[in-house]
Amino acid sequence: MKDMDSILIYGGRVIDPASGLDDDMDVLLRDDRVAAVGPPGKLRGQGKRAFKAKGYIVAPGFIDLHVHLREPGQPHKETIATGTAAAAAGGFTSVCAMPNTVPVNDSAEITRWMQSPERGALVNVFPVAAATAGSLGEKLTNFAALKRAGAVAVSDDGKPILEDKLMREALRKAAMLKIPVVQHAEDTRLTGGCSMNLGPTSFRLGLHGMSNAAESTIVERDIALVRATGGHVHVAHLSTREALQAVRDAKKAGLRVTCEVTPHHLTLTDDTVGEFNTNHKMNPPLRAVADREALIEGILDGTIDAIATDHAPHAFHEKEVEFERAAFGITGLETALPIAITVLHQHFELPLWRIVELLSSNPAKIFNLRNRGTLAKGSHADVTIFDPKKKWTFEASRSYSKSRNTPFDGWSFSGRIVATIAGGRVAYEG
Amino acid sequence: MKPQLRSLLGISQLTTGQIEAILALARRMDLKRPPQLLRNRHVALLFYEASTRTRISFEFAAKALGATTTQVTPTSSSIEKGESLIDTGWTVANVGADAIVMRHPNSGAAYLLARYVHVPIVNAGDGMHQHPSQALLDALTITNHKKKLQGLRVVIVGDVYHSRVARSNAELLTRFGVDVVFCGPPDFVPEIAATLAPGVTACHDLNIALQGADVVMALRVQKERLVNKQLSVEEYIAEYQVTPLRMRLAKPDAILMHPGPVIRGMEVTSEVADGPQSCIHEQVRNGVKTRMAILATVLGAA
Ligand SMILES: [Zn+2]
Repeated sequence: MKDMDSILIYGGRVIDPASGLDDDMDVLLRDDRVAAVGPPGKLRGQGKRAFKAKGYIVAPGFIDLHVHLREPGQPHKETIATGTAAAAAGGFTSVCAMPNTVPVNDSAEITRWMQSPERGALVNVFPVAAATAGSLGEKLTNFAALKRAGAVAVSDDGKPILEDKLMREALRKAAMLKIPVVQHAEDTRLTGGCSMNLGPTSFRLGLHGMSNAAESTIVERDIALVRATGGHVHVAHLSTREALQAVRDAKKAGLRVTCEVTPHHLTLTDDTVGEFNTNHKMNPPLRAVADREALIEGILDGTIDAIATDHAPHAFHEKEVEFERAAFGITGLETALPIAITVLHQHFELPLWRIVELLSSNPAKIFNLRNRGTLAKGSHADVTIFDPKKKWTFEASRSYSKSRNTPFDGWSFSGRIVATIAGGRVAYEG
Repeated sequence: MKPQLRSLLGISQLTTGQIEAILALARRMDLKRPPQLLRNRHVALLFYEASTRTRISFEFAAKALGATTTQVTPTSSSIEKGESLIDTGWTVANVGADAIVMRHPNSGAAYLLARYVHVPIVNAGDGMHQHPSQALLDALTITNHKKKLQGLRVVIVGDVYHSRVARSNAELLTRFGVDVVFCGPPDFVPEIAATLAPGVTACHDLNIALQGADVVMALRVQKERLVNKQLSVEEYIAEYQVTPLRMRLAKPDAILMHPGPVIRGMEVTSEVADGPQSCIHEQVRNGVKTRMAILATVLGAA
């Protein structure tokens, strides 16, 4: 599909939580902006290309706050081109790329390099830069320079920022720049040698297990530091009921604390590791049934702000090894919406409106992505069109990602992406 | 017909019928005149972890049945150079091994190998996970002394957390109606240990656990595992060592077992290890018979 001057998306149901809109509407995109949203038929004749969206949901483009695109440094797992192709196929028009690349993205140069047109990105790439040099947890990076280069948040993801003083300083400095500190909440002093969740399954399999406390104590510490600094902590891939409760309490107290959960933590529990299935190995690990139930509750009551995939591609040879030696992480971009529809909408009756909030408008707010996560006139022409009823079977072998490490190969879902338009260009069409 | 057992990876994969069949075959094995069931067969012993006892037991078992054996150890192969387990397994199978007996420090390693390699895999211990041949030989030993397993009280005392022997034994014995009591300090017997199988309980007081016990199974306790734990070595010995006095808390006909290697003065005293209730030597003999039965079974020669 080549560039478009203008596209008219007609006949669909527009869900745009940021504008308070849920109605049959037509959307006109011109150049790279939303030119108009109007009642059915009113915009007829406008737009070089007309896209029929009858029976489909037309939503502001999805935004994934947490992906690993593996560039620079690990193109055998993924590149920015392949990762954003998978993002487009999953309905994401923007992805926030974590800094645990090789080398670590702790500089303005790498931040700019990742956004260069030469990377061949199909959707918008927003780097999350390292909070400390080399993500070594010793010295803060230059947040202002990183922000100027395009970073939307700072994080040492993959590792936590453990030092109290350093985290306090990070929150304080980030607050001045109005960017969040994204915390991978794991007290690594308690999780050394662990490869899954602590529970009956880890005991049965003879694997060292990570306790819930290793996550929740860091979240609780960070909340105390937010209280002290007025900063904004965003809890990455929250997975335990205790950490969720801490976030819930912090929000009640009016603190700037947000959180995301992954589709897999909403779907799977630690017993599904089965007989050492490394496609069920990720960090944070799949948790107990009670944790999954709490996360669902956190989605329903609004404590959880966003769904983020933690898309973490790895090559076959990095996964098909002894469980304890296998890399943590799974791919997730192409299964996020199907899981949200199948698990949250169909099973737990979460309105589609809320799903669009979790995948688009809320993430835009959390990372301050202006004029995104909405279809209001003048916003970026980032649009996701999906069929909430379409039944289909996900096949890892047909993934756009370079890697195949997914626990959802062969799963049947409801809900499929029809088209993804990023910056006014069709990035994916099913 | 009972389903053919291809690889022996862990206890949970076995039907009770398969367990009974292996035990029955093991009982019939005559160590003086072993049947030449595995003539012209090759068994590879792939040991990523030093284990003289288990390795020589499998080696004797294979050779007694007429098979040849080859040892593959990290120091003698490309394992050290970073070759993957799957590639090593393929190599061993393709040079002509009819079965691979594997010991590995990572839990689940045997399961990984069995998914990729086309020859039967016998798990000779994977990390803290499973040691099925040990559980089978222990069941054989117990049934030599007790009329039936149903209703027995078996106390497994020591470092249960790190023990594949404890996991395999508890899974096997509870399948036959045995009450299994894990006993040790909380670091070695966390509460979660009782979730392993219905019929398993956790107890931190050996004097209580031993009351009415039919079998006392002591596990090896490595001193380094007590570093930074709630108990010192001296305290561990005071509270959890199996002594003649403590053996009297068990039933008069209780037997004492230990998978070896025994650290005398640590988990048991010499009086107990060498005493009339001890079955430690018998366990070693039963180990060879059981492994003969296992190899004959997975190689389809039973
Ligand atoms: Zn992370």
